[in-house]
Parts: sequence; structure tokens; C-alpha cells
Amino acid sequence: MADLNSLEAKFQEKIDNEIKIEPKDWMPEKYRQTLIRQISQHAHSEVVGMLPEGNWITRAPSLRRKVALLAKIQDEAGHGLYLYSAAETLGVERDDLIEQLHTGKAKYSSIFNYPTLTWADIGAVGWLVDGAAIMNQVMLTRTSYGPYSRAMVRICKEESFHQRQGYEILLTLSRGSEDQKRMLQDAVNRFWWPSLMMFGPSDKDSVHTAQAMKWKIKRKTNDELRQQFVDVCVDQARILGVTLPDPNLKWNEERGHYDFSEIDWDEFWNVVKGNGPCNKQRMDARIKAHEEGAWVREAAMAYAEKQAKRRKEETTQVA
Amino acid sequence: MKNSLLNYTIHLADNAHILGHRLGEWCGHGPILEQDIAMTNISLDLIGQARSLYQYAAEIEGRGRTEDDIAYLRDAWDFRNVLLVEQPNGDFGKTMVRQFLFDAYNFLFYKELKNSNDQQLAAIAEKSLKEVTYHQRFSSEWVIRLGDGTEVSHEKVQNALNDLWMYTGELFVMNDFEKDMTNNGTGVDLEKLKPLWQEKVDYILKTATLAKPQNDWMQSGGKTGRHSEHLGFILAEMQFMQKTYPGQVW
Repeated sequence: MADLNSLEAKFQEKIDNEIKIEPKDWMPEKYRQTLIRQISQHAHSEVVGMLPEGNWITRAPSLRRKVALLAKIQDEAGHGLYLYSAAETLGVERDDLIEQLHTGKAKYSSIFNYPTLTWADIGAVGWLVDGAAIMNQVMLTRTSYGPYSRAMVRICKEESFHQRQGYEILLTLSRGSEDQKRMLQDAVNRFWWPSLMMFGPSDKDSVHTAQAMKWKIKRKTNDELRQQFVDVCVDQARILGVTLPDPNLKWNEERGHYDFSEIDWDEFWNVVKGNGPCNKQRMDARIKAHEEGAWVREAAMAYAEKQAKRRKEETTQVA
Repeated sequence: MKNSLLNYTIHLADNAHILGHRLGEWCGHGPILEQDIAMTNISLDLIGQARSLYQYAAEIEGRGRTEDDIAYLRDAWDFRNVLLVEQPNGDFGKTMVRQFLFDAYNFLFYKELKNSNDQQLAAIAEKSLKEVTYHQRFSSEWVIRLGDGTEVSHEKVQNALNDLWMYTGELFVMNDFEKDMTNNGTGVDLEKLKPLWQEKVDYILKTATLAKPQNDWMQSGGKTGRHSEHLGFILAEMQFMQKTYPGQVW
């Protein structure tokens, strides 16, 4: 039996030399578990994330917007599929992962526990929520696990398109009527802080960061990514003519970054623990879709079995 | 004649738009992620078809209206879609039965419309036919799978079929604008499609072990603007933004 220490050393050497880890390679059990947790969380986020945007499909203000929104949400479902497949390469089943989501064992991004109240929210989700997600996902294209990294390359292309589309929705509002401008500012007020929370707890409180950095699952810390996000948003907000809801947001010459206020961590932890405005609705909707779909899945299975049996009988007859 | 062409085009656009809207209601709530994606795909195709047709209708009308003006600023009585497409989704089985009954018609319809002497409609038909071919395959496969699946699924789709059957007659009832368009070589003779549709439906139902409903009372009215109660609610939701904030650019 190979010595565990030498296997681990070899594994770390690959990581250090930027060689991707592939499904059949030896990996520490904790690396596998960390990836399963992270990739499945990511997949669940894509699928739960369909709900707040889905709210506005039937109310989209024009046919062009309706088509774009449908296509965007469909992309998210597709991302969910790639990610579940990437997770399956680590020896888990999609059904078990979904079960973990429905029982509350697995998490998904807390941002989707916030409601989409006006059409401008669809733009704000594109600009801020997809924008924050991209910061994270661009980093993950270089993650050490091969299937996850490759899924991310594909996802990033579509996500940056979504972000531009969201920004364009807001730009249109910014050039519109007083009502439209009011809608725009209101959406930014509500989505700004939850978007900053998407990067997770502050580095000093993040239990997973250090190990994930060593294994190059993550390449930047939560706070680094959050800062990068704030820095790019400021100019974009200026073009939209909106105020970002933080009185302490200002350029710091010395740091070469924008300073911003401390996040309301009580709110953050509360939403993570299930007390956000829509946690219950989101989970109820997912569970309902799953439960109401059970007879469909069973029928598809039963039919496939019948067909296989029929084919077998035919072959026997011919023989 | 121009009026008949306009109504004809709007009728086709409304069919595609309302059915696409209904399928869009499923997005994020499908029984299986793959099926969620497929239904959204069909919804996208249909709304895409509706857009081409509304744009053409606006051109025929020549009053400077846009696709959105036509889609969002009419009340139910001016909608010309068949009753079948506005029926509520129900469960996945009912959605698939509604889809199949319509797809089987739509496929035959576009196959004929491709030969229309109106070049614009012929071009839209040609493009749509490719999409509708896939829709028909998808919905017939699901009707078969669910019909010949489990006892539960069989009963559910049989009930859905029984409920929706009365909306299929209208597909083949020609009203004035359709007769005009058929007479001048632009439109499709629905009488000719009927036996082909019946043949297709009989075959799929038989394969799915489903019984063809015996009731022959057929509801109609959609094409002339007399709709079921459902359409008003669809429009209330669909047109909310355009009506609350009139005249804005989105």
C-alpha cells in the first residue's frame, strides 16, 4: 500500500506545479469533500437562482426583454447541469445532492433569498449579482480540479453576457422617466449590500479559506474579491447616475482602492441561517417542483424499463 | 383583403405568443432540470415566432405600431389565438398533452404555409417548421412515455386529454379571415389538414395506450375574440408594466 504521506506530497506537488487534478487521480478525502460541498453549493445556487428572476418572465415589459430573460434563466439551468455533472465526477449522485439541498444540509448562495420586487431588480441582479458571481468564477477557471475549472470556463462566457445584459437594462432605465429612475435607484439600494455579502464572511472569520487556498481551489480570498468588485462597480454606478448606498464609500489614494463600510454581519449570518426574506419561499418552490415531478420521473423510468424489456423480447424472438 | 392578412398574421402570432407565455410559467419549476430547459427552449422558439409575426403585422398595418404595441396594448377580445393555447398548464402531463395536440396541428400547418404566396409568411413558416418539428417530437414522446408509463401517469394524461379534447375542434374551423386567405393562396386550407392531424393523433394515442375521447362537443371562439376566462388573467400579468407605465422604453 502506498504511503499516505507520499501520496499527499505528490498531490501537493501537482497542485504547486499547476497540474490539474482529474477525477481518477488520488486526492485527499478532505479535498474531495471540500469540492463536493463547493461545487454542489454552486450548482444549487444556479438552480435556486432561477426563481427570483423567473418571477418576472410573465411580466417582462417587452417581447425582447422576455426572450432575453427566458434565455438567461435557461442558461442558469444549464450551468446547474454542468456543475452537477462536475460534482458527480467526485463520486456523488445528483439525486443525493438535491436531497441535501431540500433537507437544508447543503447551502446555496444567500443572495437568492432576497426578493425581486420591480423590473429594475432584473437589471440589478444582472449587474451586481452576476457581476459578483463572475469575480468569483473567473478565479475558479484556474481552480485545481480539472472538471470544475473547465465547467467554469464555459459558464464565465455566458455569465459575462448576462452581466452586460443586466447593466443594459439599468442603462435604459437611467435614460428613462422619473418612475424608471426611481425604480433603478431602489433596486440598487436593495441589492448593493447583499451583493457584497456574496463573497462570504470576512477572511478572519472564513473557516475554509486557508486550506482552499493551499489546494488552489480558491486563488483569492473573500475580502480580495470583494474589494475588486467594489472597485469596478463605482465607475459603473456613476455612468448609471445612481448612488451606491454607502456614505463611507470613497477612494483611498494610499491603498489604491475604495474604502467602504463594514458589512452588516448580523444580517449576513441571519440570512445564511434561514431568516432571509425569501428563504422559505425558495425552498418551498424547489421542493414542490421536485415532489410534483416525482410521478413524471417514475413514469419515465417505468417506460424505459418496458421498452428495454420489449426490445429484449424482440431480439429473443428473432434469434 | 389587407385586413384579413392582418388578422391572419395576428392570429398566428397570438397562438405562438400565448402558448410561449404559458410554457414560460414553467421556467424554474419543471419536474426535471432537463425538462425545465426543454420547455423554456420551446417557449423561446414560440415567442421568437410571435415576434416575427407581430413585426410583420405592424408592417401590414402601416400605422407605425411596434410588435410590443400589438402584444401589450390589446384587450382579450382583440386576441385571435385558439382557446387550446390559453388553457392553464395544470401538471406536466396536461402541459404535454396541450403541447402535443397543438404541435401536431402546428407542424402540418407550417408545412403548408411554407408554400404561401405571401413571401414573408412563407419565410417565417420555413424557419418555424424546423423548430416545430422538434416540438412535436418532444411532446409526442412525452405523451407516449406518460401514457405508457405507470398507472398514475396513465390516468393523469388520460384525464388531461379528456379535458382538453373539446378545444381541438376549433383548430380546424375556418372563419372569415382564414377563408379569405385560403381563397387567395396565402393561407392554409384547414379542412385538408384535419384528416392528417387525426391520423397523427390516433397513432400517438394508440402508442401511448390512451383512449381517444368520445365527446365530440367542441368549444370555439378564440379566433373571433371570444376567449375563455383564462386569457384575461394572462394579459393582466403580461401587460402590467406597459399599462402601469405607458409609453416608456424598456
